Amino acid sequence: MTDIDYKIVVGLEIHVQLCTRTKMFCGCELAFAQTPNSRVCPVCLGLPGALPVMNKQAVEFAILTAAALSCKIAGLTKWDRKSYYYPDLPKNYQISQYDLPIGSNGFIEIPLADEKTKKVRIRRVHLEEDAGKNIHTAENFSQVDLNRAGTPLLEIVTEPDINSDEEVRLLAVELQRIVRFLGVSEADMQKGHMRFEPNVNLVIKKDNAEYKTPITEIKNLNSFKALEKSVAFEAQRQLDEFLESGTCLQSGNKQTFGWDDIREVTVLQREKEEAHDYRYFPDPDLVPVVVNEKWLAEIKTKLCELPLKMQNRFVSEYGLSDYDSAVLTADRTTAEFFDSSVKAGGDAKRLCNLITQTGLKIANEKGCKVSELGISPQKLAELAEMVEAGQISATASVTIFEKMIQSKSSPAQIAESLNLLQKSDAGELEEIVDEVIAANPKAVEDIRSGDKKSKKAHGFLMGQVMQKTKGAANPQVVAKILNSKLDKGI
Amino acid sequence: MGQKKIDIEQVRQVAKLSRLALSEAEIAQFATQLSAILEYVEKLNQLDTADVEPLAHCLPINNCFREDIVKQSLGTEKTLANAPQRDEQFFKVPKILEEPGGF
Amino acid sequence: MSKNILKLTCRGLRDSIAKGEVKSSDAVSAVFEQIEKHDAKIGAFLSTFKQDALKKANEVDEKIGKGKPVGALAGVPITVKDNMCTTFGTTTCASKILQNFRSPYNATVIEKLLAADAVIIGKTNLDEFAMGSSTENSGLKKTVNPWDYSRVPGGSSGGSAAAVAAQMCFAALGSDTGGSIRQPASFCGIVGLKPTYGRVSRYGLVAYGSSLDQIGPLARNTVDCALLLNVIAGHDEKDSTSVDEKTAPLCNWLEKIEQPVAELKIAVVPQLFKGADGEVVNAIKGAIEVYKKLGAEIVEINMPHFEYAIAAYYLIATAEASSNLARYDGVHYGYRTAKPADYIEVYTKSRNEALGQEVKRRIMLGTYALSSGYYDAYYLKALKVRNLIRSDFTAAFEKADCIIMPTSPTTAFKIGEKTNDPLQMYLSDVYTIAVNLAGVPAISIPCGFDKNNLPIGMQIIAPAFAEEKLLQVAGMFENETDFHTKSPVIK
Repeated sequence: MTDIDYKIVVGLEIHVQLCTRTKMFCGCELAFAQTPNSRVCPVCLGLPGALPVMNKQAVEFAILTAAALSCKIAGLTKWDRKSYYYPDLPKNYQISQYDLPIGSNGFIEIPLADEKTKKVRIRRVHLEEDAGKNIHTAENFSQVDLNRAGTPLLEIVTEPDINSDEEVRLLAVELQRIVRFLGVSEADMQKGHMRFEPNVNLVIKKDNAEYKTPITEIKNLNSFKALEKSVAFEAQRQLDEFLESGTCLQSGNKQTFGWDDIREVTVLQREKEEAHDYRYFPDPDLVPVVVNEKWLAEIKTKLCELPLKMQNRFVSEYGLSDYDSAVLTADRTTAEFFDSSVKAGGDAKRLCNLITQTGLKIANEKGCKVSELGISPQKLAELAEMVEAGQISATASVTIFEKMIQSKSSPAQIAESLNLLQKSDAGELEEIVDEVIAANPKAVEDIRSGDKKSKKAHGFLMGQVMQKTKGAANPQVVAKILNSKLDKGI
Repeated sequence: MGQKKIDIEQVRQVAKLSRLALSEAEIAQFATQLSAILEYVEKLNQLDTADVEPLAHCLPINNCFREDIVKQSLGTEKTLANAPQRDEQFFKVPKILEEPGGF
Repeated sequence: MSKNILKLTCRGLRDSIAKGEVKSSDAVSAVFEQIEKHDAKIGAFLSTFKQDALKKANEVDEKIGKGKPVGALAGVPITVKDNMCTTFGTTTCASKILQNFRSPYNATVIEKLLAADAVIIGKTNLDEFAMGSSTENSGLKKTVNPWDYSRVPGGSSGGSAAAVAAQMCFAALGSDTGGSIRQPASFCGIVGLKPTYGRVSRYGLVAYGSSLDQIGPLARNTVDCALLLNVIAGHDEKDSTSVDEKTAPLCNWLEKIEQPVAELKIAVVPQLFKGADGEVVNAIKGAIEVYKKLGAEIVEINMPHFEYAIAAYYLIATAEASSNLARYDGVHYGYRTAKPADYIEVYTKSRNEALGQEVKRRIMLGTYALSSGYYDAYYLKALKVRNLIRSDFTAAFEKADCIIMPTSPTTAFKIGEKTNDPLQMYLSDVYTIAVNLAGVPAISIPCGFDKNNLPIGMQIIAPAFAEEKLLQVAGMFENETDFHTKSPVIK
């Protein structure tokens, strides 16, 4: 076997559906429509005489996203027509952006597995309108539904800086997190809000020479899993093909493969004789967009701390684990809720536990966000402080948390009303422990004997103390006192 | 006579891009007519436009937007009212077998 | 009585109806009498709406009878070119591909006419998809010139021009991409105005050359055009290329037209005369003398890039058209071929069977001009030349208030005379085309007759958004002459 080493090279093209209320160039609603062709108007139907008018919110979302990806924002941007014929494209051209995209030369930072990060360069970010849907379930004909036609899409293209199937998935997940943080897209994979097309090839080093395999574009990927698997599959397929045929990258030999999710393979799509000639030219129905300093500054006020940065800050400043930080920063409102609670004086780790173990669960059941449960960051911080100070047990804090959802009372008030305040004063508890030890010599003997009665007896004495304090004793403190007294052999 | 500006093969190619099933006779006729027109437009090359900006718009305006407010759609029936063929609430076309752009 | 009604101008009729002197229903009956008598020979109309028109006319008459307020065109029978979408009747663009198309929406200009209480009596014939200079490219019927049935009415708004000239309506709307309002107006002895690009909404105007198309009025005189401009002009939020009122303030052109232009400076371009027939040149020169007598100063200028306008236009307009007409594909609306073997044949056969030769030719030319490898040499080059042409106009307007030249090099030519050679037909647009490339407004008014008693048109061109000046200058000529009052004898 000859000496062979290779590097996977992937560039990713992502389409993100923006969550504006209406379509890119007309006022049709973007709600999920049950009835086919019910959210269509003369403009998105491409009727004779209809004309497009830009959705300002979509443009602002696009600029916001490009800014978040550290792109250079074009001072002047315009629309171009991309011509091709397909039944789900009523005008038989798509309004897109060709040579003056809204954003260019940016980057996205992605978290890698071993707490490192990687910067992947973004080549361009531009806006375009989506096509409708062709449905091929019938045997002899296809159906066309134009509800989706005209939906605003943000197209993001990376440089080929990605080098593994795992990195591709991590980038996709991070981008999803970013656009959700910015509030520009729901990015729900099930609803098709994000679509991916990786471009994959290999750089192979064989016998001290370097070879590049032809680039493959992979389509029809509907999940992060499919994205990762398809890149892995394709890399292997290309390696095998190269070893067999030695075919290298040439101008014009890029191929398109579709992902078969059932068989988990890439399949060569029908070979085209020539590449598409999209005949791009400036759309004469739309005037250019000028992005001046003032407008850009206004849009940038909506920028937030990006999720990865926030996640890293939670680790470095608050000492949380990478895992916990990732959970908290999966969603912006949750992350900010947590952050505000810490800033309100709560202990970071306690708050993390309260939110990730209790808050998220309840919020999920109610179908809302943690921040929407009705508990303010200040009150949550108080609750965390009470646990930290030993005033209540961690178990009690869960009960109090649940009560706080309905009640306007402070955690202290609720704790008191539910008799959950713990006694943690060592002096007071020591007296009671002494009483209990004195009253139960047999149990003490059992404990000291160390045999199998010992554990039960220990629990019995603990129980006695708890009874005398009506359950309010801080069990950790009691155990500590009890153990030290038993050890000393009083 | 000189070489034609656009030959039969190119006309065929352009007809394909334009989705026109021209007859052979039409292709031949267009080759002649389009060549004459393209010959005529050559005169634009008499002008030096190296330092001239292309003028796609005659308008002194930009940033023409609309607010993100929902407007009433046509509704399924009106949308399909002129459809040459329909299948219930869908437009109907012969089965599509391949990628956009197809051929 | 109907003969007398038909002699009224649009404004005259409007005023009479408003005063209760004439009934709208009588005016509508009069035009339909004329249509029923003569349109079989002239062929101006693709569709008419007699019942609805009479109904609307009666409504207007009733409102006026009760002293209720009515719109600026109340009760006046108007026609519109059949490339403007209406919810009533069909919108065919004179093409088989849209022969049965019923629009679910009205073009903005239609809404405006309806709001002004105009009575839209029918839709007129045109060159298919507005591509042509004689209306001979109509895919549905033939229209002849009311002055001479063996001649063309001009194009592409030939139906509208013939309808006005033959007194089958009191005014009409047409569209102008390379001269399609002005040239038929000139051939039919009436007035035709192309407003500044962006002055009138294009929403609902079936697109041909999007950066060039404008809707405008055809009528018997300049005052009528001013009245119509009042109704149709203005910003439309549905059209991104329609100019807002801060950039292009509206005014009451009907009032403004009363004021002559003081110290009028008119530019003429001597180099252009050599392309026109002798009689046309003489008529224009005669017109210039009229202006001189009124005290105007005549300035001779050069427009060095004018002669390149046709070449630039036939690359830009066809490029835009090839894209605008891609939607006619037999899938969502319009004609579909009977037995397509697959979905691709739905496109290729539907389009080939239902689109006319000229339309196909322009689609092919435009597609070629935009295609890979040719874009820079053709389309981009044409856009640069367009910039130079616009500069010529800008320079001209620094020296004068307006430019005067012929509308067309000839009077109405014979039917079939230019149909064998597409390029010859294109070259006849020499005087009008540059105006669309520059986006400035222009008007054609009658200024004489040739030895065959065919009308000759004079074109006046003004700076962008200076329709006021345009109408004033045209009005000045009409006050001194009577060419615009002549009508053909309809047999």
